[in-house]
Amino acid sequence: MSRNLVTATINGDEVEFSCSTGQTLLEVLRGELYLTGTKNGCGSGDCGACTVFLNGRPVNACLVLGVEVGGANIETIEGMAKDDQLHPLQQKFLDHAALQCGFCTPGILNMAKALLEKNPDPSESEVRFGLAGNLCRCTGYDKIIRAVLDAAAEMRASGS
Amino acid sequence: MSNTENRAATNYQWVGKRTRRPDGVDKVTGRARYGDDMVAAGMLHAKILRSPHAHAKIISIDVSKAKALKGVKGIITSADIPDHPLSKPPYPPIINDLHDISRNIMAREKVLYDGHAVAAVAATSERIAREALKLIEVEYEVLPHVLDPREAAKPDAPILHEDQFTFGVDPAPEKPSNLFRSVSGQRGDIEKGFAEAEIVVERTFSSEPVHQGFIEPLSCIANATEDGGVELWTSTQGHFVARGLCARLLNMELSKIRVTASEIGGGFGGKNTIYGEPVAIRLSQLTRRPVRLVMSRSEIFRASGPTVGSYSRVRIGAKKDGVITAAEAEIWYQAGAFKGAPVGRALDTFFSAYSIENIKTTAHDVCVNRAKAAAYRAPGAPMAAYAAESTINDLAARLGMDRVELRLKNAVREGGESLMGAKYGPIGMIDVLEKVRSHEHYSAPLGPNQGRGFALGYWLHGGGLSTASVNVQDDGTITIATGSPDIGGSRSSMRAMAAEELGIDLERVIPIIADTSSIGYSHLTAGSRTTYATGMAVINATREAIDKLRALAAKKWEIPVEEVNWEAGHACPADTARGDIKPLSLTELAGMAPKMGGAIAGHSAINASGAGAAFSAQLVDVEVDPETGFVSPKRYTVFQDVGRAISPDYVEGQIQGGAVQGIGWALNEEYVYDDQARLQNTGFLDYRMPVASDVPMIEAVMIEVPNPNHPYGVRGVGEPPLVAAPAAVASAVENAIGKPLSSLPLSPPKVLSALGRARAGDD
Amino acid sequence: MADLRYESPETIEAAVALLAGEGRTARVFAGGTDLIVQMNEGLVEPSLLVDIKKIAETRRIIIEPDQIRIGAAVTGAELGENQQLQAMWPGVVEAVELIGSAQVQGRATLGGNLCNASPAADSVPAMMAAGARVVIAGPAGTRETPIGEIPTGPGRTSLAPGEFVVAFLLPKPPARSGDAYLRFIPRTEMDIAVVGAGISIVLNSDGTCAAARMVLGAVAPTARLVEAAPEILVGNRLDEPVLQALAGAARATCSPINDKRGTIEFRTQVAGVLACRVAKIAWQRAEKN
Repeated sequence: MSRNLVTATINGDEVEFSCSTGQTLLEVLRGELYLTGTKNGCGSGDCGACTVFLNGRPVNACLVLGVEVGGANIETIEGMAKDDQLHPLQQKFLDHAALQCGFCTPGILNMAKALLEKNPDPSESEVRFGLAGNLCRCTGYDKIIRAVLDAAAEMRASGS
Repeated sequence: MSNTENRAATNYQWVGKRTRRPDGVDKVTGRARYGDDMVAAGMLHAKILRSPHAHAKIISIDVSKAKALKGVKGIITSADIPDHPLSKPPYPPIINDLHDISRNIMAREKVLYDGHAVAAVAATSERIAREALKLIEVEYEVLPHVLDPREAAKPDAPILHEDQFTFGVDPAPEKPSNLFRSVSGQRGDIEKGFAEAEIVVERTFSSEPVHQGFIEPLSCIANATEDGGVELWTSTQGHFVARGLCARLLNMELSKIRVTASEIGGGFGGKNTIYGEPVAIRLSQLTRRPVRLVMSRSEIFRASGPTVGSYSRVRIGAKKDGVITAAEAEIWYQAGAFKGAPVGRALDTFFSAYSIENIKTTAHDVCVNRAKAAAYRAPGAPMAAYAAESTINDLAARLGMDRVELRLKNAVREGGESLMGAKYGPIGMIDVLEKVRSHEHYSAPLGPNQGRGFALGYWLHGGGLSTASVNVQDDGTITIATGSPDIGGSRSSMRAMAAEELGIDLERVIPIIADTSSIGYSHLTAGSRTTYATGMAVINATREAIDKLRALAAKKWEIPVEEVNWEAGHACPADTARGDIKPLSLTELAGMAPKMGGAIAGHSAINASGAGAAFSAQLVDVEVDPETGFVSPKRYTVFQDVGRAISPDYVEGQIQGGAVQGIGWALNEEYVYDDQARLQNTGFLDYRMPVASDVPMIEAVMIEVPNPNHPYGVRGVGEPPLVAAPAAVASAVENAIGKPLSSLPLSPPKVLSALGRARAGDD
Repeated sequence: MADLRYESPETIEAAVALLAGEGRTARVFAGGTDLIVQMNEGLVEPSLLVDIKKIAETRRIIIEPDQIRIGAAVTGAELGENQQLQAMWPGVVEAVELIGSAQVQGRATLGGNLCNASPAADSVPAMMAAGARVVIAGPAGTRETPIGEIPTGPGRTSLAPGEFVVAFLLPKPPARSGDAYLRFIPRTEMDIAVVGAGISIVLNSDGTCAAARMVLGAVAPTARLVEAAPEILVGNRLDEPVLQALAGAARATCSPINDKRGTIEFRTQVAGVLACRVAKIAWQRAEKN
């Protein structure tokens, strides 16, 4: 299969990579760029473990092709903390013990971030429905929801 | 939220506190390396060819065209995996028969389920490996199949194993059977018990196999070297068990295989065994390159073990005052393609929460044409609890008695004993039940179309082999190494226990999980045993290190070691009158050690016994849409005796996670097969696990009745929440619609159908 | 395996030329939420992917004097953010927003949902009830046709080689009209519809029904019009006998299959239930307009 040369911005850096036409963005991130923070849970858009931002919108990287992201802006979990400061969501997940095995965590953090960008003051129900595309098998979701609501409150208070 | 009641209030510095877990930052930043996050230079990618038939003879396999594909470096079939004879009795409770494992890893004479591995390819890319699979030609002779364990046990059923004869039958049978064995446990005189009963309730139940549903796929990398050694990186709940199974299967020495456990993205019992590891090892040996094997989600559903499905029957006799005089249960387990259903656990779990004089339980282990069953969080127990608890709830209804009252009347207490003879020390059964009764949820009003369920779960957690090593670095920081993969935050608990013993700041203790060559044998992180057994090893090793620190201080002070105490991170003279001797801190002693005899370390390898029984009682409120059968869980409270919550956040997490798995089990999770026994729902779209909007907050009420056999009173907490959950949820739905429901999952068509019967007045 | 190629034309004409030139092994690529899954499962092996997302006409929502033009590659998320559309056709918007998760919404398109031709596609019953038409570009030029003409069976459309859907046209809703869409799934999210019901109604000034269109999804190989619905509703109010007749008509319209998502009996029963529920919602919306 022919290889394509693609240039995109990933976590603020301009990155050039090559990929075959059928390769998904998830395969590119993990297999070509070794950004393994974005996880492969199902490969078919049903679990959300591969959630990344594409031009500011949360998407499943397993349902995006590498060839189509030329010129696009991509943000992965590796870009969530800034310098040595964890994002409030990352901090609250630790404070609330909102992860056990941690595998779904990068995807959920990204989706929660997207949710709060659109709706900074969500109800419990809005958080639950907003995260419905992210499967977690360990926590039963309880502490995740609390962490997101707490992070939302902190982010509103600090004006971020 | 949650609350914790201490039977013995103790002032701990770290144990019982909500502390930051040591691996947390790596996990929220995406740095933590799971099975598929590792790369090895020059690695090849492996893919497995799987059977499209549920039951067929393999006539021939032709790999020549696949071998010729550019980029393919190696292909194996069962010819490349050693065979082993059938193991002979006595059979342990958990059967790891190499004869079966060899065939499960790679089919030999027959394929026994849709998805059974037939061949494997290693190639320079995953795409080429997948292409190569299409070029492998397999000739099958399709055979009739069977999925229902009751059908499979009949004499005229299609036989999976011509060399399997039902064990324990006298005279020994001449014809092979899919029924591997039936086991029974009894106490007292069951006939007498029923004769004494003034009321008898009997029901039958069924449950579907359900998958553990770990989000991280099964992944490994194997690297074989020319001197016969193998490095293995794998996502596993037990890297020592993985090593042992691989070594014995492949006829290798244990020390030649060095297994590192990656971070693990969920296991729940499903990663207690091996699937791709021997395949990756053999391909690596063949190709002389590292080989990575990752199972896709659909492969995981087709070919990795769910828990067993079941059919069961429960009969209970009682006096009108509620005292149960006799309890009988029989359960048929659908073990999958190879024997090994968790029959022993079933016997024990049905009625072990109760002190009933006359009990008989029987369990059957039956092979059928689907993936070989694997452990799933309290293997065999949730189905048994579903059957027993539903029947006991019925008894309460028939007697007009409160459900919790009936349990209290029959509850087992300290000094009692499980059916299989485990004696109970102090246990929290009564405390848990009384807490349920006094809790606001118990009497909160219900809305229209709502029902409240109640059920109890029991689990006897494991002890077993664990090893720990505690090393004092010369700057006074500590590393603790264990051999227990961390699936739920156990590193946090290990660190807390060590820091507690040492009396130092938590942040100075770094816990790691060592590979199989760097630490002594440790059994699986499973069976709710890790905080208990590995924790005990950590405590012992820490105490040994403390003894050496005391000895060092004694040497420095030139006094006998018996006169040196250890307090709050310092060695100090026992004789408080010795004002001339200033206490020495751990840091100071650590700095002195290299010049005074060597580095300070402690080590402990134990076989922990004294495991405790744990009880989980659950209240669930659901709302049922009477026109569609849709069930919505509205409120959920778990009451559990946790012994001592070393890390309360993570104990709550175990409780909440187990409860939600139970919701999925009760309402929507099941396998769907076509009439050729091919799996139809091979992904998360149609294998329906709960999503965030499906469930409410789960309140975890933790009751602490410390287990006296553990220095900190630990009891296993991971499994009991799932044992009770399907029963509690089912009880809620039955309560909401006023009709019995005897078949899990309670999917909307089943609930609607039950309601429809009610509407038509048709019982 | 054929070498898979990818093109991202910037004009309709260029896209048509690519599709016509390649023939049946070319695939239109928009959100990819169905296509990529099917490619991974080996169900489809295209030789050429024609990415239409750079074609301006496919990405715009334009409120024209008499109709609304929605580009075929507008995503569910973008549709949901359009407040005018939300106000005019809430049923269409809520149907589209039910497709998958928030992440899938960031990619899934109306064009893809229609042309993937799943019998359970959520947007189709709502769009059909709304009287939507599609704009198709092809080698013979551009044509318009009612949306219901497109799906011909599971996974099959009536599009000729070289044709693709460029945009959807929705009429401006008249006064006193309302639309709604409901589906039944066993969880609260993330499932494919077991039954879907879309409805659009117009009320007379006296509160009785002036016009109605009801369409069911997931109960037949393609979305199906409940032909008796106008007869039952027009001239009447939504009282008990009317609801019962509507439920009966919905059930009679079904010819579903037993599959891993639902049985014939269950789908039929629930179709009747949803028909009533969705009618009530649309009625309430119409009364407010």
